[in-house]
Amino acid sequence: MQDVENIVNGQKLFLKPEYQQTLKNKTEFESATGATNPDKVDEIAEWTKTWDYREKNLAREAITVNPAKACQPLGAIMAGLGFENTMPYVHGSHGCVAYFRSYFTRHFKEPTPCVSDSMSESAAVFGGLANMKDGLRNCNAMYKPEHIAVSTTCMAEVIGDDLNAFVVGARENAEGELDDLPITYAHTPSFVGSHITGYDNMMKAMLEQLNPSRKDKVVDEERINIIPGFEPYLGSLAEIKEISSMFSDKIVMIGDHEKQWNTGAGEYHLYAGGTTLEDAKTAINAKTTISLQKYSTVQTAKTIKNKWKQGFETCNPIGLSGTDEFVMKLSELTGKDIPAKLATQRAQLVDAMQDSYPYMHGKKFAIYGDPDMLLGLVSFIVEMGGIPTHVLCHNAPRKGWAKDMQAIIDKSAWAEDCQIWVNKDLWHLRSLMFTEPVDFLIGNVYGKELYRDTGIPLIRIGFPIFDRHHLHRYSISGYKGALNLLTWITNGILDQLDEETKDIAKTDYFFDCVR
Amino acid sequence: MSELRQIAFYGKGGIGKSTTSQNTLAAMVHYYSQKILIVGCDPKADSTRLILHEKAQSTIMQLAAEAGTVEDLELEDVCKAGADEFNPDNTDITEGYIMCTESGGPEPGVGCAGRGVITAINFLEEEGAYDDELDFVSYDVLGDVVCGGFAMPIREGKAQEIYIVMSGEMMAMYAANNISKGILKYANTGGVRLAGLICNARMTDLEYDLAKQLAKALGTQMIHFVPRSNHVQRAELRRMTVVEFSPKSEQALEYKELARKIIANDLKVIPTPLEMDRLEDLLMEFGLEDDVEENAIGKKAEEA
Repeated sequence: MQDVENIVNGQKLFLKPEYQQTLKNKTEFESATGATNPDKVDEIAEWTKTWDYREKNLAREAITVNPAKACQPLGAIMAGLGFENTMPYVHGSHGCVAYFRSYFTRHFKEPTPCVSDSMSESAAVFGGLANMKDGLRNCNAMYKPEHIAVSTTCMAEVIGDDLNAFVVGARENAEGELDDLPITYAHTPSFVGSHITGYDNMMKAMLEQLNPSRKDKVVDEERINIIPGFEPYLGSLAEIKEISSMFSDKIVMIGDHEKQWNTGAGEYHLYAGGTTLEDAKTAINAKTTISLQKYSTVQTAKTIKNKWKQGFETCNPIGLSGTDEFVMKLSELTGKDIPAKLATQRAQLVDAMQDSYPYMHGKKFAIYGDPDMLLGLVSFIVEMGGIPTHVLCHNAPRKGWAKDMQAIIDKSAWAEDCQIWVNKDLWHLRSLMFTEPVDFLIGNVYGKELYRDTGIPLIRIGFPIFDRHHLHRYSISGYKGALNLLTWITNGILDQLDEETKDIAKTDYFFDCVR
Repeated sequence: MSELRQIAFYGKGGIGKSTTSQNTLAAMVHYYSQKILIVGCDPKADSTRLILHEKAQSTIMQLAAEAGTVEDLELEDVCKAGADEFNPDNTDITEGYIMCTESGGPEPGVGCAGRGVITAINFLEEEGAYDDELDFVSYDVLGDVVCGGFAMPIREGKAQEIYIVMSGEMMAMYAANNISKGILKYANTGGVRLAGLICNARMTDLEYDLAKQLAKALGTQMIHFVPRSNHVQRAELRRMTVVEFSPKSEQALEYKELARKIIANDLKVIPTPLEMDRLEDLLMEFGLEDDVEENAIGKKAEEA
């Protein structure tokens, strides 16, 4: 039992004898007790580490085990929260929304505003129009947003609810309450694509529906939009804005959720920061839009290029060369020279990379995550002489991504030892790590199980990260962001080196204080 | 070229919707050189059989299931050119052509066919099937409007003109009225309009008058009364439209007339569907029986 004078957490609590006894008693009622042969269990467990099992695993068609992706509305919510005083509204079941909110909250350690219209059995039969009529009015009355961004869950999508008609219908029914409120909407079926598809659909919908049509646009030759994409690193958003401001004060971030998930202690406000609606509504007027995540903005790009006839560029400012390209793109678009401050940052980064190079060089990595983050991260690993042995992307887009990744890997001296795994999950990765082991695993929190199974250390970079604090506050973009990546990866390697050299009088001849 | 018109055929199951729509669209191509895309929205996938001279071999959902996901499909896999004179490359008879796609869907009793329609139409739009050359996109939709998925073709930005195929019998009229209710729901928030009833005659008594009255009551027109003809069946057994099988026949000319009327049609209304009582009254008025007395309801023939 807990002792009030000395409260302990679960880790220690359950080691106490009374809990140990309870746990032991409990096994008696567990289904597998006595029904399985422990030797056989061990034998099969060993077999799952073989090439034989790997082939069967890779041939798997029917199920996903440990996905490395989330679903569309999650991305749609992040996109919505990138705008000021905007309430993301999910048309569908409330269980989904509870999941989205807790998912973000576990990552950012901050509350996540988002509402649902709580569709139930009868809504599935009669359609969700009634829910939307009440839901939009309630949302408006309770939370006083200046913009509502509607997305959908699977339920509304399967029964074919028509958002356009519903939003119009809800407005007509609202006795004027919703008349001046912009309500944008995107269909985001969870069973299609992943969270980055949802981000894309919502971003496209918001830009199209908030902006006037092309004939009414007034081009502002100096204005540049930057769409960050599904960015879990708030520090990256700050870093991008800082770099941009060195070139021009007319560079506008479209979808800036930095402040929303980084509020200070004190009185709580539902909405924080975000791209102003004024900026959102005039996005069409910019000369050019730069997307920092090409594959999270595939549909949005079509709107900007084809409907708006605006310049559209993609950059991926992760790592040295990625940041170089971004900085040079800004220089080209603004006609300004690269500021000395940035040149200094770059020099400092290159210096730091040289310091750490011997440790990363030649190390093998298995790495998984979202498509655009992977392009940047793998590029940085190659720059550092690391070997991206397995690059796994569960939500890799159908067109182009694997080719882009191959081009990056081809710059490595070990290109032939590297493999790209498209649309594979973390159970596939487990097989890969047992049959063709690597030195380090890079990925999100769900790599933790793989670390325990394979003993290969996990360096946490990606989304979500629930079990380490404050990493999301850092940047992984820009020269300073690359320095963070360098720090995390190098120190991960050095931690492991210490781990392997700590045996007294056995390996400790290399247990050095200076690395 | 003129702006793309998107039309849809709805109607009670078994009324001859697919046959009528294919014959009419064929006439629009044969006589008026229209360029058409047919989007079959029926899991049975028989909306293009007479144009292709075979049942569509590969529906969008079937191929998507094989490929794993609809994103893995290419437009060419699912969008087939019509046979012979309906092929874009065959300009002997007409410059017009018909491209054919079928959404397909699950076996009866499982899964969700409505979602199949949504997935298929989204796919076609994203892949650019609705190109600038086309004059018409035509949706052929199964039976009644049964769920949100089957209403996909009448959403904003999709079909704007709905033709209801019906005949002079109770259930077909009931369905036509129901479909009008569906259109009304969407018409209030969007641009979809009822463009006319097509009476596919069963040659029952007073059928013409009945259909005409129903059209009037719904606020629309009976755009054409297609008489019954064995030519249709004969052509159908050869997996052909009448227009192709026997272009000089009277029946082909009926379809020609219907085609002309559709191309020229500018009567597009928000329908005024009837209450059930009113619908029954209409049937009484023009039906087989004179008035049915209140006390005769529920009585067997021999009792009456």
